[in-house]
Amino acid sequence: MTLSISLIVNGEQKDIALEDPRATLLDVLRDRVGLTGTKKGCDRGQCGACTVLVDGRRINSCLALAASQDGAEVTTIEGLATGDDLHPLQAAFIEADGFQCGYCTPGQIMSALGLIREGLADNDPERIREGMSGNICRCAAYQGITEAVIKGHKAMTDTGESQI
Amino acid sequence: MNLFDYIRPTSLDEAIAAGATPGAAYLSGGTNLLDLMKIGVKTPATVVDITRLPGLDSIERLADGATRIGAMVRNSDLAHDSDFATAYPAVAEALLSGASGQLRNAARLGGNLMQQTRCAYYQDPKSACNRRAPGTGCAAIGGETRNHAVIGWSDQCIATHPSDFCVPLAALGAVVEIAGPDGTRDLPIDQLHLLPDAASAGGMALHPGELITGLRLPPEAAGFRAYSRYLKLRERTSYAFAIVSAAAMLRIEDGVILEARLALGGVAAKPWRRPEAEAMLRGTKPDAETFHAAAKALMAGAKPSGDNAAKITLAKRLATRALQRAAEGTPGVMPALPASVFPSEPTDRGDHADA
Repeated sequence: MTLSISLIVNGEQKDIALEDPRATLLDVLRDRVGLTGTKKGCDRGQCGACTVLVDGRRINSCLALAASQDGAEVTTIEGLATGDDLHPLQAAFIEADGFQCGYCTPGQIMSALGLIREGLADNDPERIREGMSGNICRCAAYQGITEAVIKGHKAMTDTGESQI
Repeated sequence: MNLFDYIRPTSLDEAIAAGATPGAAYLSGGTNLLDLMKIGVKTPATVVDITRLPGLDSIERLADGATRIGAMVRNSDLAHDSDFATAYPAVAEALLSGASGQLRNAARLGGNLMQQTRCAYYQDPKSACNRRAPGTGCAAIGGETRNHAVIGWSDQCIATHPSDFCVPLAALGAVVEIAGPDGTRDLPIDQLHLLPDAASAGGMALHPGELITGLRLPPEAAGFRAYSRYLKLRERTSYAFAIVSAAAMLRIEDGVILEARLALGGVAAKPWRRPEAEAMLRGTKPDAETFHAAAKALMAGAKPSGDNAAKITLAKRLATRALQRAAEGTPGVMPALPASVFPSEPTDRGDHADA
């Protein structure tokens, strides 16, 4: 049974025929849409590497059936930069040294974006650490990540982007 | 993951007709079901996606002062609904102490109530498990039992119910609204999760084809808003299941407790509540000794199911502490670390000793 779904991925409509209903949103983004920035870590909702925004909310794309997301607006890490101009959060992760190997970074940045848009980052390091606890960094760059969220949030507030 | 048919009904009747077929499973947020499908614990023939059924996604205050929450309301939306969080602060705190921001955005009320135990042996299809495969035994007995029950268990099953959300809901006497092939019915949350006994491993009280459509908090549940806390002990202070958790709520007037509610998570296959423990607090003044006596009554008859006797002591201490925190008043803002027994400021950890 083929299921036809359509997703708006980073502003572009993608019509996808799913031959297998088991495909997760993560699999479809990587293997069908060709956006490999979203990473598969644990594939069980425990590590946060697969975090994307669906209709503006951050979720684990590994625990979402693609079929169930039919019609959703999805934002992935590839949707943040404008050409060669990095999104303020991407720039903040570089500036604050918010990563080492980089595998968890797309998920960290998408989770930070979700947290900021939820209005919960509050520039309080404790609240940021709590709000980012669904994203594991095995290189343990947590101090830099917390700093990056604060810097990125400030930059987004200055440019009015946190309200998007 | 096994192959399955995916269907997305547009009406409740259509969903129930599909859900009543053998091997069907209802899908809401997917954070538990998909995970269990990936590890081969759940192998549904049909996945019935109920996330878009109409009318299940609102939070309403009813004329009599009760609150109704639709089964498809997301954990994060409920916790951050300011009217809801003001009226039922311990529920909001419990919600925010569970899982991660991503999971709370995906998880829905109905799925949380239907959440399966996190027992590692249940999650391993190669292990004996009466809950997963009745009659096969219980590999948890004699195994790793830190997360297992210390009260209300039997030789059939020693698993605990993992939900934070359900603990204050049980304390508040929530009523679960259910729809199924035989129509609709209400079930007190106390009867939703069945304890194991000598013959069965317990589990959910839903019949085949039934699904949760919503939950009601009775009018009196909003009366505890001024003195409510949820506390949770876990191996790290965020994104971890409870070793033990406690919801405490008081109605205090002129320094006297008029009514108390107390429930524990992490100790049994359901949120653990005993009216007699609550009755001990009625008419008393907030006092550590009385609180401790109520906590002892709540856990009377507790017995380790393995190498987990420490949980009995922890549960009594945490219930006492939750009552003390509740009596101090509901925090004006949600703590940075919801349900933590530690204050947020790392320089001020002076309250270790009062456990």
